[in-house]
Amino acid sequence: MRFRTESSPHIIPAHSVGGVMQQVLLALVPGTLAMTWFFGWGVLVNVLLGVLFAVAFEAAMVAARKRPVMATLADNSALVTGWLFALAIPPLAPFWVTLIGIAFAIIVAKHLYGGLGYNPFNPAMVGYVVVLVSFPREMALWPAPDTLPESPLTLLQTLQTVLTGSLPAAQEWDSVTRATPLDAMREGLVSGRTVDEITASPVFGSFTETGWEWIGNFFLLGGLYLLFRRVIHWHIPVAVILGVAIPAGFFWMLDPGSYASPAFHVFSGAVIIGAFFIATDPVSASTTPLGRILYGAGIGVLIFVIRTWGGYPDAVAFAVLLMNMVAPTLDHLTRPRIFGRTRGGPPPGDGHA
Amino acid sequence: MQLHRFHGGLKLPDETAASTADPVLVMGVPSRLTVPLGQHIGEAAEPCVQVGDRVTKGQRIGQSKGYIAAHVHAPTSGQVVAIDHYPVPHPSGLSAPCVVIQADGRDDWGDTRMEPWLDWDTRDRRQLRQRVRDGGIVGLGGAAFPTAVKLNPRAGQRIHTLIVNGAECEPYISADDMLLRSAPEAVFEGIRIVAHLLQVDRVLFAVEDNMPEAMRILTETLPDELRDWVRLVSIPAIYPTGGERQLIKVLTGQEVPSGGLPADIGVVCHNPGTFRAICDVVIQGRPLVSRIVTVTGPGVRHPRNVHALIGTPFADVIAAAGGYADDVDRLVMGGPMMGFAVHDDAIPVIKATNCLLATRPQDTPPPGPLMPCIRCGECAAVCPAQLLPQQLYWQARAKDFDAIQDYGLFDCIECGCCAHVCPSNIPLVQYYRYAKNEIWAREKERQKSDIARDRYEFRQERIEREEREKAERLARKKAAVKKKPEESQGDSDKQAAIQAALERARAKKAARAAEKQGGKSAESTPSGDADSNPASDTDAPRDGDPR
Repeated sequence: MRFRTESSPHIIPAHSVGGVMQQVLLALVPGTLAMTWFFGWGVLVNVLLGVLFAVAFEAAMVAARKRPVMATLADNSALVTGWLFALAIPPLAPFWVTLIGIAFAIIVAKHLYGGLGYNPFNPAMVGYVVVLVSFPREMALWPAPDTLPESPLTLLQTLQTVLTGSLPAAQEWDSVTRATPLDAMREGLVSGRTVDEITASPVFGSFTETGWEWIGNFFLLGGLYLLFRRVIHWHIPVAVILGVAIPAGFFWMLDPGSYASPAFHVFSGAVIIGAFFIATDPVSASTTPLGRILYGAGIGVLIFVIRTWGGYPDAVAFAVLLMNMVAPTLDHLTRPRIFGRTRGGPPPGDGHA
Repeated sequence: MQLHRFHGGLKLPDETAASTADPVLVMGVPSRLTVPLGQHIGEAAEPCVQVGDRVTKGQRIGQSKGYIAAHVHAPTSGQVVAIDHYPVPHPSGLSAPCVVIQADGRDDWGDTRMEPWLDWDTRDRRQLRQRVRDGGIVGLGGAAFPTAVKLNPRAGQRIHTLIVNGAECEPYISADDMLLRSAPEAVFEGIRIVAHLLQVDRVLFAVEDNMPEAMRILTETLPDELRDWVRLVSIPAIYPTGGERQLIKVLTGQEVPSGGLPADIGVVCHNPGTFRAICDVVIQGRPLVSRIVTVTGPGVRHPRNVHALIGTPFADVIAAAGGYADDVDRLVMGGPMMGFAVHDDAIPVIKATNCLLATRPQDTPPPGPLMPCIRCGECAAVCPAQLLPQQLYWQARAKDFDAIQDYGLFDCIECGCCAHVCPSNIPLVQYYRYAKNEIWAREKERQKSDIARDRYEFRQERIEREEREKAERLARKKAAVKKKPEESQGDSDKQAAIQAALERARAKKAARAAEKQGGKSAESTPSGDADSNPASDTDAPRDGDPR
């Protein structure tokens, strides 16, 4: 009797790329729903558009590169890119912001570098930074969390806003949108108010603005799920959060009037989603345990530095892209000790037993 | 006892329940046995019988050559009907030299059987080691490394700890489990012999915690006089704990140095089956001609363990396990993680055959589409050698063989953990085997070309030397030849020539005078002699040239 021969192992593989990405998408659901709850339908509309554009560009690029389209789409990586990008932009941003950002993410940042696995930079963050620096007005359209009565837009109104770029007749941008807590903090500090005065405003909750806190919590939930399923490891998220919190805590203790608390930093803006979902993108991160800690810590510190002394209220995307550049070097410098060898030392034997 | 952890590894399903339900089935003698001459790590044995010879059971039919090598014995009595290349269990599927024996059914030991040594403890270490060598014993855990070599530590190397590797860590395999349940006494006896031979201080008998029945039987049957220095240790079932280096780490916390051997840190490890084989050859004079094989997997009807003669065709062993399930499509020798799929079930059981695993497409689906590496690092997280498998993969692809060795390619034990967890279906271990083979091939090539270069350079040097010597000789001769005319001979030659001319003239005159007088011919020889002499001088070195 004759048999099929394949190389070992002869056992069903533990993971697949598509499966890993599916887990990530699943973990994004609670945070996405929380965002929808607080910011309205725009979040879901953007996610839908982002995913749609991402898959379309991915398919076009894969076809242009003469690779199998369906097999490549099955890796679900374009879905993750589109989804993360959509969460990063304001929920009422016009559709062409998404289109341009995703085009840049998928075409330039991903496929021009060789596609999945070969991109040195996180595609979603490249796309986000492109639209952030190109369209500052559109990128500032963050709605007020839905705790305020004047903000609700119906699904239809939201669609109309996103597709046309202008609000329904009865609404005013100023009444719909509001500065994010990071904007408020930044503006407040620049105009000479103290942290206490800024956070005394009724919209602030225990750490940061009420809605933003909850969003952070739900992304944290998804992140913990990824940790639990061992899709990601603790090194990067923990290092990012500590990388933000430790310097923030240090300056806050020196001068609590001029520096926001570490809790405010961690739960405002994109730190939680960045720590668990963006910095952990395996392709563009460091891969050794120590390298991951340094990589995450670098992102955290850069977030704090840019927020505090830089030109942008939030900085996750810049911090991630900057550390992406360092990742290969970190990998090289942080090779683990090989079993039976001393760290960094040559093998005791000649290695050719 | 304080246990330690090695980095990475996998929790894999056990899958041994089916094959441990029934006792070990002792298989009969097949009609025809194909016994490969190279069943072990090292040089293949050389046949020491001829086609047509009658052989008895246990007779040596393959003579080992070299130190890392093992003899091969006839598994049963019968007639040698062929010595030729036949397909053997090997990942390549290639053929190798085998001795084919037509069994006579008597399974007769004849009178070539080694003398039983009930008094083995009176034998010295050299004798015992020789007996193990004579028995063709190799490691029965699957690697088939010649055991006598491991029993012969280098001078000055003291072995303090003997480890019994009962960590059968691959899923499905239960050969050691069943051996420990069915013949613990033989294993203990083997331990006694090896402990005596190596003069160890202690024996650590490691059994995985998913083999509770074996552990219970061992605990009950451990002889009282061994209790002081043989310690039964239950260890967590994490793949690949059965790897020698991983097991040593778990038990002692020490790491075998990279590129070194366990003996370097005073430890020697053997599989329980090997202890039993040692017991058999020393106490009963029975060489290694059979072994326990686990026949299992969803692809056989009645998974179980069998005791089969070396040389028994796989097909017979499968038949003993109730035959194949309907949709079987893969047959693996060894476990699912490190075993290799074979093309054909006509190939024989060899000393390394610890398991035959048959699977169906739903158990071992064809690998999914190969995806690019996404650098997830799962491979590094599970690597028990603490390597960076994905870096090794990139380097193997780039054929950067210096970098890949720098990253520890030769520390890779090919356990397959990385390939199992790889979400991109990359056959990582294949890349490492490729790189290792390529490096070995290049090294061989380099050695060959080194030898060729050395020979060439030597030849060039010899030719140059000879030419130099010849030139010097010539120069000397020339100088000598020149000296004569220049100094003493120069003038005398001229004078001689003048003299000769004068003489010739005189001779002619004399001749003419003689003619006139009607006398004899003239004497012209002296002038001829003078001409030929220098010529013969320059010729002389040419005759003496060794070329």
